[in-house]
Amino acid sequence: MVNWFRSAATMALSLALVGSAGAAEKMKVGFVYVGPVGDFGYSYQHDLGRQYLQQQMGDQVETTFLENVPETDSGRAFEQLARSGHKLVIGTSFGFMYPELKIAKSFPNVKFEHATGYKRSPNLSTYSARFYEGRYIIGQIAAKMSKAGVVGYVGSFPIPEVVSGIDAFMLGAQSVRPDMKVKIVWVNSWFDPGKEADAAKALLAQGVDIIAQHTDSAAPLQEAEKAGKLGFGQSSDMSRFAPKAILTSIEDNWGDYYVGETKAVMDGSWASKDTWGGLAAGMVKMGPYVNMPDDVKKMAEDTEAAIKSGKLVPFKGPITKQDGTVAVKDGEVMPDKEILGLNWYVKGIDDKVPQ
Amino acid sequence: MRLDLQARAAPSRTIAIAGPILALLAAMLIGAAVVALLGKSPAEAFMAYFVAPLSESWSLQALAVKASPLILIAVGLSFCFRANLWNIGAEGQFTVGGLAGGWLALATRDGAYQGTFGGWWILPAMLVLGAMGGVLYALIPAILRVTLGVSEILSSLMLVYIAGYGLDYLVRGPWRDPQGFNFPVTANFDPEATLPSLIADGRLHAGILLTVVAVLLAGLVLSRGMFGFEVRLFGTAPKAARFAGFSERALTLAVFAISGGLAGLAGIAEVSGQIGQLQPSISPGYGFTAIIVAFLGRLSPFGIVLAGLVLALTYIGGEGAQVSMKLPLDLTGAFQGVLLMCVLAADVFTRYRVRLVREA
Repeated sequence: MVNWFRSAATMALSLALVGSAGAAEKMKVGFVYVGPVGDFGYSYQHDLGRQYLQQQMGDQVETTFLENVPETDSGRAFEQLARSGHKLVIGTSFGFMYPELKIAKSFPNVKFEHATGYKRSPNLSTYSARFYEGRYIIGQIAAKMSKAGVVGYVGSFPIPEVVSGIDAFMLGAQSVRPDMKVKIVWVNSWFDPGKEADAAKALLAQGVDIIAQHTDSAAPLQEAEKAGKLGFGQSSDMSRFAPKAILTSIEDNWGDYYVGETKAVMDGSWASKDTWGGLAAGMVKMGPYVNMPDDVKKMAEDTEAAIKSGKLVPFKGPITKQDGTVAVKDGEVMPDKEILGLNWYVKGIDDKVPQ
Repeated sequence: MRLDLQARAAPSRTIAIAGPILALLAAMLIGAAVVALLGKSPAEAFMAYFVAPLSESWSLQALAVKASPLILIAVGLSFCFRANLWNIGAEGQFTVGGLAGGWLALATRDGAYQGTFGGWWILPAMLVLGAMGGVLYALIPAILRVTLGVSEILSSLMLVYIAGYGLDYLVRGPWRDPQGFNFPVTANFDPEATLPSLIADGRLHAGILLTVVAVLLAGLVLSRGMFGFEVRLFGTAPKAARFAGFSERALTLAVFAISGGLAGLAGIAEVSGQIGQLQPSISPGYGFTAIIVAFLGRLSPFGIVLAGLVLALTYIGGEGAQVSMKLPLDLTGAFQGVLLMCVLAADVFTRYRVRLVREA
């Protein structure tokens, strides 16, 4: 009993002290994630970006994150951060778009950033990465490494980002081996290891010998490893999950962008804009090229360098749609706006985009 | 020496009221211990969880908005649970309510059908449709039960997933926003189809009023009306109820209709007041959390209001603690679990007396 009273007294005392702590002049940056930081995929990679920001800026910033925030219920999370003195608030899921836009309007003095969306306002920027550049490279690798000539592709949702990824993958593959085939399974989730593994198993049973994925867990890659086949990592370097099966990973790299935006807010140069960076900007990075012969590795490195320098553009004509119509004429480049809304397959894919 | 539990002749009224409060205190002490073990100040955590959200207008509004669907659904469920009928599918009825009302919002978008009448009728009609959708969807397990004797627990739960996939199909297919770059969302609702804000520039939408009205009506019906008596009688003494000439069939259909209707209303209020469009998922599990709220609130409408507010407080306080103290989100989930355990444990003391028995 005495103990209880003592701790109650301590509690009361520290209650009185709360709020009196002095605050240094730190800029507060807040992040809202749709998944748990422990997904080892998309949200994890954004959190690595946050940690990088903290480490780069040290005492100048204080970073906060809210994880596992349901999209329909996210307005409050943004308001919470905006009201607690955060000067830069970053939402990393497409589904945050309208809630974040609404809160941005009510807090004109706070800067907002939204990943993968397309609505902007004077204090709301959007940013994303050209993941399709990496997919062109892994398409080339897959075409070289596949004996069966058929690749299995585990897709999340048939939205433009994913469909354009499949197209870029096939354009890369066809540049090496024109008769390359792909089988696609949609799991309708970004992160569901069970479903992703089932999809990969089904594909492997149908005779594919390489698994590519546009979902966030390492499960499809691990299935490829179990079956003695090959695969690619998604979002982060996944070699530790499948050291024998992995060929390379397409890594998201947000850290430099977050540092840049934070500095811009500090010195007042921040402005609302859309950023869509790829390999050249360092927002997309390729993991180590492993488990492949030297000539394939060299080809991949050359392609990576060519995309970086702008010599090679994945969505450059001639590109023919599945139905035979010309999508991009020879020598022309598909405008970004079209890539962002892309909803058709290139010729050579025997499948239909789910409508 | 050992502790013995002795049944009380009648449940203790004092403890029935004091129990939940003591349980809350016990849960707070356990929570404080966990926070201390994490190396943070329990006092500061207490402030972040329970005081800070109650000290500002915006967070009070957020609290009401979060608690409102929980309370509305739980009040409906209390009718079922009192009658010993187990509607586990409020989440599905919530979804169908959102779908049914959302359909009208999409059908009347961009001024369609507003020419002669104006747009004033759209919102009330959406609410009616939402409630009707919930009623009809809840009647499926009720009818299966009264005609074929199918367990309503299983059928109502399974229907949750069917509703979820139905919504998923519609927003990916026929109802998808044509200007939405293929993303699986519908277009935004018109202002005529959006529940207005009660406070200028605030979060508090008019859906809260529906919850208040529902709570008052339910309180009246359950304590004063013959129907409330019938519900209770079927729950506690079904044989006596049958001898008294009450129809079990009619009662089953009625309580399912009530709980489904309120869940559907909560669904359309959430879609219209908070989200403003349909998405593959429109609920972070409100229909299931409401089951906990109904029991925490002792199946009484006013208890449910309190329980809903406390649970909403832990969500909002939990976010606040993540921001201000960098406490992990999992702590919020763990605390909610501890709270429920403590309340259930406190229940024992309303029906049993603890006796210290000396070994002979």
